[in-house]
Amino acid sequence: MSQAAEALSRYGFPEADCSRIPYGMYRDAEIYALEQERIFRGPVWNFVALEAEIPAPGDFRVVEIGDTPVIVNRAKDGAVHAMVNRCAHRGSILQRHLHGNTKVHTCCYHQWSFDLTGRLVGVPFQKGVAGVGGLPEDFDRACHGLKRLKVEILSGVIFASFSQEVAPLRDFLGPLFTQQVERLFAKPIRVLGYQRQRIFGNWKLYTDNLRDPNHGGLLHMFQIAFGIARLNATGGAKMDAEGKHNLSWAAQGGREPAEAGAASTAGYGDTGRGDQKIGLRDPSMLVYRKEFPDELTLAISSLFPGAALQQIGNTLAVRQIRTRSADEFEIVSTFFGYQDDDADMVRHRLRKANLAGPAGLVSMEDGEAVELVHRAIVRDAQEHSVVEFGGRGPIRDQDNLVSDVPMRGFWMHYCKLMGIETGAAEAAAQ
Amino acid sequence: MTDVTPELYLRVTQLLETYGRLIDEDRLEAWAELFTPDCRYEIISRENRDQGLPLSLMLCDSRDMLDDRIYSLRNANIFNIHSDCHVLGPARVEPDAAGLGVSAAYSLFQTNQGGETRLFSVGRYHFRLIERDGTLMIQSAQVVVDTGAILTLLATPI
Repeated sequence: MSQAAEALSRYGFPEADCSRIPYGMYRDAEIYALEQERIFRGPVWNFVALEAEIPAPGDFRVVEIGDTPVIVNRAKDGAVHAMVNRCAHRGSILQRHLHGNTKVHTCCYHQWSFDLTGRLVGVPFQKGVAGVGGLPEDFDRACHGLKRLKVEILSGVIFASFSQEVAPLRDFLGPLFTQQVERLFAKPIRVLGYQRQRIFGNWKLYTDNLRDPNHGGLLHMFQIAFGIARLNATGGAKMDAEGKHNLSWAAQGGREPAEAGAASTAGYGDTGRGDQKIGLRDPSMLVYRKEFPDELTLAISSLFPGAALQQIGNTLAVRQIRTRSADEFEIVSTFFGYQDDDADMVRHRLRKANLAGPAGLVSMEDGEAVELVHRAIVRDAQEHSVVEFGGRGPIRDQDNLVSDVPMRGFWMHYCKLMGIETGAAEAAAQ
Repeated sequence: MTDVTPELYLRVTQLLETYGRLIDEDRLEAWAELFTPDCRYEIISRENRDQGLPLSLMLCDSRDMLDDRIYSLRNANIFNIHSDCHVLGPARVEPDAAGLGVSAAYSLFQTNQGGETRLFSVGRYHFRLIERDGTLMIQSAQVVVDTGAILTLLATPI
């Protein structure tokens, strides 16, 4: 049995619909290594950067796909390229700066240099000194370029893929998520800044969290306490045909205020979480200034495997998950507004950014929840998470928030790419 | 304010000591009292500041917003249970016509319930202080964090 097959055979998914997820899938270093190969370098498109971050020829940013360092840059002809940030000579990090502008990427170790398309263009002392030393006569620079990724751009959002077989980006996203990208990037954007968060847990606990609308009105008490959102609000989850991407959404309107008020405490039972009646001294941060043609006030598109496009009111951002190990990942968020925002709108977005990110009044709990789970599942690798809110069986769109069906959608696709057969219990019973 | 007298330097040092200690003692409501009503409190990463990007990690541009943040921590948010320990470097004090510019490096250690400590954040404070009724108060505090990759989450102020 190969090492990969051996690692995968350690854990069983007893239910074919992924309503049980074995804890070991979140803690196993060999599973993690396999994910780099089959998920992040598999037939997927990874969000890497925004065109607005590298507007001019020579502009670059260093990012990561999974845990592989990647350079995204714009070449002289304006085309965007993505290459593994590793010198083809001895494997050193090639571009040491996180961002900047350059004509070539030069390795500090032995000064090999690569142009903005990844071609090897400079090798000092290739012919040695006075005919002595240097590289062999038949050394062919053309064979020693950087490892190049496929790149596709949609509305200024740059995606990259290691896979030659990956479907075209629009097919990978499907119509709904193509439309969600186009919706958020309908106008020229302006990057407002970055936020980074290190979470000491498995990255899939975070992708689970993104696909679990059920926790929103239970864990994130700010939303409940200050009446921003409740589980009984108008909202739901929509997925692509494969169930791998998820749009969690909520909308203004819908229920009448009286009905919403009456319903607002229903369902919370004795958790003490439905009956808060407190207000903010300065509620201006909560005001939503309508800026999209639709009624959505919350739209978080979680794109398989590790990205999310976020509209929380007027707080707009792209989040990228960068894995570190089975036990750690980083979330890098790029917040943005639009170039036609006036000074007041920029200020509004910056104040509203208090709701999101590692210090987010609405979102800070996610870091804690992921770590709580990760710590507790250190043993009992064969035991399982229970994923049954919204029902078992086929993956379907959800017209309410009391659901974690999209989690199962993620895992179904994950298992397909990893080569895991789900439904061991049924198979064993037959 | 003009000269940095030993007395003024001592008052600034005492204010910084109080600032760090009140957070460490979890007396956040008393900590907020160090700020003027029209205050601004901001935590921003060095990464953003150096690129001229305006996005903060935490931004309260009034006492009301600061009070709301603390009220939310007390009543709504769930975060890692910890205690804080601030260690401040010496203050640089620069008087001008409007008040005092004060900056100081800080280290912030977090300790969990089991007594396990980690270095949570390092960076530098940039304060604007003014005198109100004989008391030095914080008109604005910009915390520039070198540790822009926030460990786990950022709940309690730095």
